[in-house]
Amino acid sequence: MNIPEDLRYRETHEWLRADGTVGITDHAQAELTDIVYVELPKIGRTVSAGDPIAVVESVKAASDIYAPVDGEIIAINPALESNPALLNTDPYGEGWLFQLRPASPDAASALKDAAAYRAQIG
Amino acid sequence: MVDFAGWQMPIQYGGILEEHRAVRTAAGLFDISHMGQILAAGPEAAHWLHRVLSCDVEGLAPAHARYGFLLNDQGGVLDDLFVYRTAPDQILLVVNASRADDDYAALQRNPHPEVHLDYLVGRTAGLAVQGPNAAALFPDALGHARPLPPRNGVISLPFEGEQLLVARTGYTGEDGFEIFAPASIAALLWDRLLERGAPHGLKPCGLGARDTLRMEACYPLYGNDLSPDITPLEAGFSWAVDLAKPEFPGRTPLLRQREQGLSRKWTALRIDGKSPPLRAHYPVFSDGRQVGELSSGTLSPTLGAGIGLAYLPPDLAKPGTRLEIGIRDQRFPATVHRKPLYQRPA
Repeated sequence: MNIPEDLRYRETHEWLRADGTVGITDHAQAELTDIVYVELPKIGRTVSAGDPIAVVESVKAASDIYAPVDGEIIAINPALESNPALLNTDPYGEGWLFQLRPASPDAASALKDAAAYRAQIG
Repeated sequence: MVDFAGWQMPIQYGGILEEHRAVRTAAGLFDISHMGQILAAGPEAAHWLHRVLSCDVEGLAPAHARYGFLLNDQGGVLDDLFVYRTAPDQILLVVNASRADDDYAALQRNPHPEVHLDYLVGRTAGLAVQGPNAAALFPDALGHARPLPPRNGVISLPFEGEQLLVARTGYTGEDGFEIFAPASIAALLWDRLLERGAPHGLKPCGLGARDTLRMEACYPLYGNDLSPDITPLEAGFSWAVDLAKPEFPGRTPLLRQREQGLSRKWTALRIDGKSPPLRAHYPVFSDGRQVGELSSGTLSPTLGAGIGLAYLPPDLAKPGTRLEIGIRDQRFPATVHRKPLYQRPA
């Protein structure tokens, strides 16, 4: 299972990059199976850590995506509307969900590092 | 893997969309060993089941199968099942995994001294091969010169010292066959089918694709689309209820329902544009008023659109009727379509 060292992780399987980009983990996309629909938050929305702000749907189930930290949404991935399967094929790259501007510079410290996330998913 | 009525079963092997496509364009292999198998044997077996089940069992010729229901006294569905007349005095019932125990108990409540009932759950396996290439791979896979029986036909074949029942039945809307066999040879049979079916495009398929395929074909799933509160007439299966028979549970209420007319019909819907996948329990609206909810729903891999099934008032069940389906805080336009939503090319 691919768990990049340079990302931080929420226990609900979102990742956060230093530039505020958020996506779901390789483990999450494998568990969800073929992703066929993505609902993203509006740009400009202010979110709190733990808020359900996006929905990722596979054929089998709909899953909430939670804000990993407090912040403001500054970009969403436009490619997902026509090609939601990018979440399966490239979860850490072209399958990113949205970008936020964290409310505080050290917000990510509350999240897990790669080792802790790896231990969580076993 | 998920728990399904006590059985550990895979949602998918390679991916639901890929497996779904394999069945629509080539062939898929399903493990259906969870389906309950109950054998009724004896010279009176057909006569007895004729009075227990909704369909015409006595008129079912040997080596043929048909769909039917086990009903309660109100005409509600206790289970939907397939009746295989494997010999003049032998009938195999293939029932839902979640209902097998209760079905067996219900059958035992009205025993017949000359009918021997055998609850085969756990001792038998079931494998289904479904898809346009199923008939072509059949002789290759089992090393047999015999062709498949005709639709809804059933034959017996020797395999590795055991007898297989092979029926031209299925739950996907494609041509195909189902094999019922002793559990002892299930793994061997699975491996043999996969190996020899591979050149025909055969892929192993899980519960996920089984569900999307059956929804496109508008086959009901017990617990979603059928329950003790729903009659087979409401579900659109009057052809599997022989009201001309003098006696079977639920007959009188069903005759009354037929006379008085239905208050709801099981109806197929398709989203007009783009939408999230539909799911069971999403509300259905007509002119802004909620008129029902989905009993099943998905994103049809073949049609590329949200599809659903719902019990709706008859005046809203007509093909072409415009409705809306609520998904979270949005409503999406949908149209009633004739069942099935997918029909295989002739």
